[in-house]
Amino acid sequence: MSIATAQQLDTADTVTLLTEHGGDLREDDLFSPYLADIDDAELCRIYEDLVVVRRIDAEATALQRQGELALWAPLLGQEAAQVGSARGIRPGDFVFGSYREHAVAYLRGVDPTLILRFWRGSTHSGWNPYDINMTTPAIVIGSQMLQAVGYAMGIMRDAKRDDSIHDIAVTYFGDGATSQGGFSEALGFAASSHAPVVFFCQNNQYAISAPVGIQTSVPIVQRASGFGMRGIRVDGNDVLAVLAVTRYAAERARSGDGPTLIEAVTYRMGPHTTSDDPTRYRDADELALWKTRDPIDRLLRTLEYRGLATDEMLAAVDAKADAVAAEVRKGCLETVEPRPESIFDHVYSEPHSLIEEERAEFLDYHRGGAE
Amino acid sequence: MAKALNAGLRRSLDDDDRVMLMGEDIGRLGGVFRVTDQLQAEFGADRVVDTPLAESGIIGTAIGLAMRGYRPVCEIQFDGFIYPAFDQIVSQLAKIHTRTEGAVTVPLTIRVPYGGGIGAVEHHSESPEAYFAHTAGLRVVTCSNPDDAFGMIQQAIRSDDPVLFFEPKRRYWDRADVDLDAAPTVGLYDARVVIAGSDLTVVAYGPMVATALAAAKEAASEGTSIEVIDLRSLSPIDFDTIDRSVAKTGRLVVVHEASVFLGIGAEIAARISERCFFQLEAPVLRVGGYATPYPPSKVEQYYLPDVDRVLDAIDRSLAVE
Repeated sequence: MSIATAQQLDTADTVTLLTEHGGDLREDDLFSPYLADIDDAELCRIYEDLVVVRRIDAEATALQRQGELALWAPLLGQEAAQVGSARGIRPGDFVFGSYREHAVAYLRGVDPTLILRFWRGSTHSGWNPYDINMTTPAIVIGSQMLQAVGYAMGIMRDAKRDDSIHDIAVTYFGDGATSQGGFSEALGFAASSHAPVVFFCQNNQYAISAPVGIQTSVPIVQRASGFGMRGIRVDGNDVLAVLAVTRYAAERARSGDGPTLIEAVTYRMGPHTTSDDPTRYRDADELALWKTRDPIDRLLRTLEYRGLATDEMLAAVDAKADAVAAEVRKGCLETVEPRPESIFDHVYSEPHSLIEEERAEFLDYHRGGAE
Repeated sequence: MAKALNAGLRRSLDDDDRVMLMGEDIGRLGGVFRVTDQLQAEFGADRVVDTPLAESGIIGTAIGLAMRGYRPVCEIQFDGFIYPAFDQIVSQLAKIHTRTEGAVTVPLTIRVPYGGGIGAVEHHSESPEAYFAHTAGLRVVTCSNPDDAFGMIQQAIRSDDPVLFFEPKRRYWDRADVDLDAAPTVGLYDARVVIAGSDLTVVAYGPMVATALAAAKEAASEGTSIEVIDLRSLSPIDFDTIDRSVAKTGRLVVVHEASVFLGIGAEIAARISERCFFQLEAPVLRVGGYATPYPPSKVEQYYLPDVDRVLDAIDRSLAVE
């Protein structure tokens, strides 16, 4: 066992609702009520989400291998953490993600083709953040959390003028990001201002090659208490536990009870990115162990127990996933690349003499004016 | 000048209820230089915010507030304390508008008291403006006198782009009559010819404008006519105004407190050499800090450009036939 596995999900205080080996949901006094509206049909829709986002992810990896994307950061293994949390918040809430939250972006309604444009090298963003209330990829680790807190501070001020406002901010980050100063500053500012923000850590056990034990000697969730903040550790491969915990934390933020740190313990089953080779730093045994905890299989066992996993349902889900994947592939291959001179377009929002001068020189040069 | 800035901030807070001030000790204390004196009492703690002591946190949260529609004005207490916020400024603030293809504007103003000459301890006397002028996506301006301070801070806050607003701290106590009812007559990014002259042009900004003017006065007493330009904006730089002046005088000296090496003066020298090659009578000269860390205050007068060093550069330029 590597150092990473010193921090697994078998601690007593980790919220788990889906049983590991089949059977129905565990009852939890605090969190089960947050799933009261999840009926059988909704369970099937959640299953569909998990399968579709995994299929998008696989298609993107294939497109990278075929040279259509410059890079891809797979979410394989983290579907439950992302789908559960994305389903636990509202469209009006604002998400400050890192760069692996493809499922969150998809569930917030972005055309998945646009997600790929960033990784193709066609743009630094992909979508208008205000269209889906979610930022585009933040590549500098730990840079987005403070921005989420500031946004939440803005919500607090808006709510004082308009008491119908109950938005919150949610920020996603990984275990590696908790070592960045921005994480501690964000928790400090959030606690100090009592901002309506949910910190959602996907502890996927690795920051590229560094196991989580290199980042921290205590469970990440414990970092909350030093800031006077509620912290909850949840089984990140249990989509329903993640959903319930996120709803709970979001409700706390919405009702003025301040920020919450959620640590979703999960596992990055793939490489950090398509440029990475995880066999250099982790054992096959470890991956095999986590495959037995696959978040999709986990929900499937409960669907089977309830008799919902019919051949028709499973076939329909696969067909949907294939259709979305085909759309993603088509959209990627049809990408219209930016005009070269567009590099000057948005450096400033108001005219800037140097930009105007360089744009003119650039256009002149490329028209052959330099000859 | 500090009072002029205070009046400009008050006007901005009055004009637009989305404007808010953030920083360390800016509320009850009114800032270590009292630039925000009484503003928290007038506008409340939600609009004049005493933040936790973390510069990256101040800028990072201000970016989020701007994304929610606010117009934060952040105070960095001293020049040398801005570096913890460097990533949020150069990798986030500067790039968000480009990154989002114009969808997200980040109208932040970052006020930075800068420069030396006040006998301070380490990290309290630096001139880091070139780092930010070098970064695409930021605008960088600096005021040299109370009148500009009052107008330029309001213009900076109205800009939809992020603006680094450098305040020459040794000029905070300079006095002048400022018409608080007057609208700014000069564009925020325009340089200004402070005194006209015919023999040589001196370009300066921030704390060095007063030094340049003193040198010009001294030169005038010896019969040399110096034109002094207050650059005011370091990104963009108003090269047209410098061009026009150099076309007339044929000689240029650039003065700033920051290290000469790869400083604002280097860019001006290069551009003016390109644009005015056939009008120049002498190489462009630069007067500024040495390539050393800012020295202890007991010897800072040897590091900082003063009237004599400016006059020496003027003499060297005029000596070229």
